[in-house]
Amino acid sequence: MAFCHVDHELAPVRRVAIFGGTHGNELSGVLLVKHWLENSAEIQRVGMVVKPFLTNPRAVQKCARYIDCDLNRVFDTEHLSEQETEDMLYEVKRAQKINSIFGPKGSDDAFDLIFDLHNTTSNMGSTLILEDLNDDFTVQMFHYIKLALSPASCPVLLIDHSNLKYATTRSVAKHSVGVEVGPQSHGVVRADILDNMRRIIKHGLDFVELFNSGKEFPPCSIEVYKIQEKVDYPRNEAGEIVAFVHHHLQDQDWQALKPGDPVFLDLDGNVIVYDGDYTVYPTFVNEAAYYEKKQAFIKTVKVTLTAKCIRSSVLNQE
Amino acid sequence: MVTLRRPLMLICLAGTEQVDQTLFLIMFKPLKRVVVTGDTHGNEMSGVYLAKHWLKNPSELQRETFSATPFLGNPRATEKIVRYVDQDLNRSFKTEILTSSSEGDELYEIKRAKEINQLYGPKGSTQTYDFMIDMHNTTSNMGACLIVDSTENHLIMHMANYVQKNYTLAKTPIYLYKLGDEESYAIDSICKYGLALEVGPQPQGVVRADALKHMRGLVNSVLDFIDLFNKGTAFPAFEIEAYKLLAREDYPRSSDGEIMAIIHPHLQDKDFDPLNPGDPMFQTLDGKDIIYEGDTPVYPTFINEGAYYEKKIAFAKMEKLTFSIPAIQAQTE
Repeated sequence: MAFCHVDHELAPVRRVAIFGGTHGNELSGVLLVKHWLENSAEIQRVGMVVKPFLTNPRAVQKCARYIDCDLNRVFDTEHLSEQETEDMLYEVKRAQKINSIFGPKGSDDAFDLIFDLHNTTSNMGSTLILEDLNDDFTVQMFHYIKLALSPASCPVLLIDHSNLKYATTRSVAKHSVGVEVGPQSHGVVRADILDNMRRIIKHGLDFVELFNSGKEFPPCSIEVYKIQEKVDYPRNEAGEIVAFVHHHLQDQDWQALKPGDPVFLDLDGNVIVYDGDYTVYPTFVNEAAYYEKKQAFIKTVKVTLTAKCIRSSVLNQE
Repeated sequence: MVTLRRPLMLICLAGTEQVDQTLFLIMFKPLKRVVVTGDTHGNEMSGVYLAKHWLKNPSELQRETFSATPFLGNPRATEKIVRYVDQDLNRSFKTEILTSSSEGDELYEIKRAKEINQLYGPKGSTQTYDFMIDMHNTTSNMGACLIVDSTENHLIMHMANYVQKNYTLAKTPIYLYKLGDEESYAIDSICKYGLALEVGPQPQGVVRADALKHMRGLVNSVLDFIDLFNKGTAFPAFEIEAYKLLAREDYPRSSDGEIMAIIHPHLQDKDFDPLNPGDPMFQTLDGKDIIYEGDTPVYPTFINEGAYYEKKIAFAKMEKLTFSIPAIQAQTE
């Protein structure tokens, strides 16, 4: 039965966390984590510990994305090693605390896996975010989740990029999974969106349980959308937005945008078209939180990723 | 406002419920001083961007008989892209607040309310502007909703009727917000007449091209109506359906105020559809349904509005009624 080369045996995944409230106004994750903190039966699996955790409680209480700065951008060495001071930003303080509980990032002591639950105002459906294209375990998990959710779609966004990758909260773990479900307004919880998020977690945990039980996962490939470039809104000299996402692009996350297609529309009715040379697949189209990040959408291209056969090393050890 | 009775014998019937409204013609003064505000809530972006646009280029607000003036109600909230800075501006226009004397330690929105009241009011005085359009967005699926205080406001009911007939790219239900004798706290209550436009669904902090188009269409349609009215056009009596606020429903909460159940998927996005006794309203995270136990159908609106979690409103319960509105005409000199 063992077709996996011994090199592809991976350590079992025993310590798992589910983060909600990294952005305090993305309420599906906030409500699910609060629920699981009260009653965790749904997320427990054999052979592993699953810890639900509210990462930014003050932002949750305020129902704001963050208090001082975006928690999901400060898990870099510089912030994590910053000397604690009186006027330290709240989210930097939180990041260090999270790193001490679930990390330290990059160390053997770090948690094996973190799911981080997010919502978007964009029509991205049930999206999984992959940070490292060489992470066979996570690619295998995404392959499993995509199959389990089919025929519903479950796009994978790959943020492995030299400039555009950001230092996420979940990156303290050995394997990190971003869960991004939309469309849902910030500060609102929709039953349908919450349910979609819940399904992803169910299948993700099922996968880990199977993996830990010794099941071998043969080589697989998945289609992912690889981040290419951010696109800002057209702005005037004062930095004010002067044109909005065109109605033909609105809600069309993951759909092909071809050269010449409309992208923005201004208040005088002028249309700005996509003037690239090749087809891209926009996503995070008109995300509320990204106006301040000067991002109207991101361009992605489709790429196929292949993961090697994986199997937990646990059986050989026992 | 002057009431002209055509058949004199109807005098004795005035004030009773059987009055045949079609026999009346109500005269109003023309609406010459008109203002449009777009950012009463700083994160409802259709109005924010339209008002900013019109401040730079007001030609779209000009008609033969008047020009509407755009203004920004809450610039600090707009800059921060939040609903408000200190308190909800659109709950700050009660006479008591507007005439309070406490200076210095005032909340930003109270200060703004007083300034706006000086510019376009003062509320209840003879100097107020004639009419205010107040542009809002909602995260609820309310279409292009027209918010009127009550159907006793015949002029605004005609305006709403005109908009319904002339702006047909979205549903344009009429929401009657006046509950009992409560004084209005809304910004448009400082002018003689007011109309709030509530377009959704649109997330806070986001501009959707479709919502913006509807908002713009509504404003233009309102201005067209005012122009026709000012020119002396007679608007005949009519019957119209509208939704009147009955009560507000909160989320089920725990003793410490935490929300225990969320809007049921069957109710989500069903603004202005009937909610019948026995229909599910909420769902707990354990999958239990909480049903509507009233005796008669209600028509929920503002279902799952983002800004109303803190106001403890999961949705507003409305009744659907038909009203008979008498004819109106402008009193021209």
